[in-house]
Amino acid sequence: MSSNKMRLSGWPLLLPALALLAGILLVPLGRTLLDSVSEPTWTLKNYENIFTDGVTLTVLGRTVMIAAAVTAAALLIGYPYAYLMTRVSPRARGILLVIVLIPFWTSVMARNFAWIIILQNGGPVQKVFALLGADHVVLYGTSAGVTIAMTQVMLPFMVLPLFSTLGSIDRRLLLAARGLGSSPTAAFWKVFFPLSRGGVVAGVILVFTLSLGFYVTPALLGSPQQSLVAQLLAQRTTQLLDFAAAGALGMVVLIVTLVLVAWANRMGGTMSAIGVVATSRTKDR
Amino acid sequence: MSFSGAPTFQWPPRGFSWRLYHNFFTSPVWLDSLRNSLLVALLTALLATTVGTAAAVALSRLHGRLARFVRTLLMVPIVAPAIVVAVAVYISFLGWRLTGTVPGYVLAHTAIAVPYVLVSVTGALGGFDQRLLKASASLGASPWRSFVRVTMPLISRGILTGAIFAFIVSFDEVVIALFLRSPQFQTMPVQMYNSVTVEIDPTISAASSLMVVAVTIIFLVPQLLRGRARRR
Repeated sequence: MSSNKMRLSGWPLLLPALALLAGILLVPLGRTLLDSVSEPTWTLKNYENIFTDGVTLTVLGRTVMIAAAVTAAALLIGYPYAYLMTRVSPRARGILLVIVLIPFWTSVMARNFAWIIILQNGGPVQKVFALLGADHVVLYGTSAGVTIAMTQVMLPFMVLPLFSTLGSIDRRLLLAARGLGSSPTAAFWKVFFPLSRGGVVAGVILVFTLSLGFYVTPALLGSPQQSLVAQLLAQRTTQLLDFAAAGALGMVVLIVTLVLVAWANRMGGTMSAIGVVATSRTKDR
Repeated sequence: MSFSGAPTFQWPPRGFSWRLYHNFFTSPVWLDSLRNSLLVALLTALLATTVGTAAAVALSRLHGRLARFVRTLLMVPIVAPAIVVAVAVYISFLGWRLTGTVPGYVLAHTAIAVPYVLVSVTGALGGFDQRLLKASASLGASPWRSFVRVTMPLISRGILTGAIFAFIVSFDEVVIALFLRSPQFQTMPVQMYNSVTVEIDPTISAASSLMVVAVTIIFLVPQLLRGRARRR
């Protein structure tokens, strides 16, 4: 009896959260979806236009390229970093964790403003390159600059799933491989790396997906000629007031994101990684 | 940088001066935006903590497919791209006359802040022994009284952490705020955005520094509390 009563007492407590989610997110998103297929008449034209208007596809392609570059950079930096985290003392591990989470501790606008200062013409990065003999390296207003700034924010989403996977690998397998005459490099690539694949896949999908939706960073550090999909969405909504076209594009981005995150979640560790990151700091965009 | 005497974003900073901080604390535009941000963030923290804690307590008692689905559903705002949410919320809020209003900001920010409260309170509930509630009920306490006297003190750290996250999520939120802004009402991150894109106003470096310091202090609160609790 008492467990039955407890069960009943659970659901009403959920109502405010569900009402809020429905009213503020699901209804507006549903309405956007409805607009995108019913304006001006019932049609899929708004979705067709994504492929035929000549602009959207270019911007989508550019967004995917940048997201891929961010993912590759985050993996190249994140894998050795996560590996190092599994090899040091708990105390040092804590410090490494705090360092990787620093971008989440700094305010979005402050962080992007700092990148503007660092990357701007005549800024410190340009001066360092000048010292090395490369004059006039321009990063501010370029996709390269956007990629660098985005990689900084995305790194924790790569490091955390990797760390949880790498930490669970039995290192005696490496000893066994060495004992059987394998070189350290071969032991790593043939034994260790394949076992870490789950974490790699989860981190890669997560970083790639979250990179698709960045708005503030490309808007402030990129150039208007190199806009990404989020900027296109904003422009169509607030400047062109073309809600149906914006809705169609937004739905595509949202669905791709949710499907990929659900997939990454299946690969394991992702939701808990998001949880850790979430309770460490808010997200950018 | 925030102590620079130069009127632009010049690097390296030229000279040392408090001028930018003086600008910040004497400009009605910056001060209004700070006040708006604090108001919205406080209300968001209150609302999100209440709603999120209730949901976390409910989900800790519920099991089965439906409960798991609801938990996943409530986490969607964390992974949904902010820009898509912002566009959808903006279009609907235009019709509901909520753009540029405090309730509009608070509702939108609460919707994205609830998952953070849910995560931290759920974490705190993980170590909570549900049998305590039965004990309390058997001693004649009403469910509400049991919650306030038994559950709340034991999960207070999780609730506090959740409230802090909700506050920061709102205080630092730019994308939705950019869409909901009106000439009469904008938050501090939006004013910072304007000062980079439209005005080239170096006061933003003072604002950035203040923001980072404020956020860091707020984040350190639970650590300090923990330190004190341990000493006691």
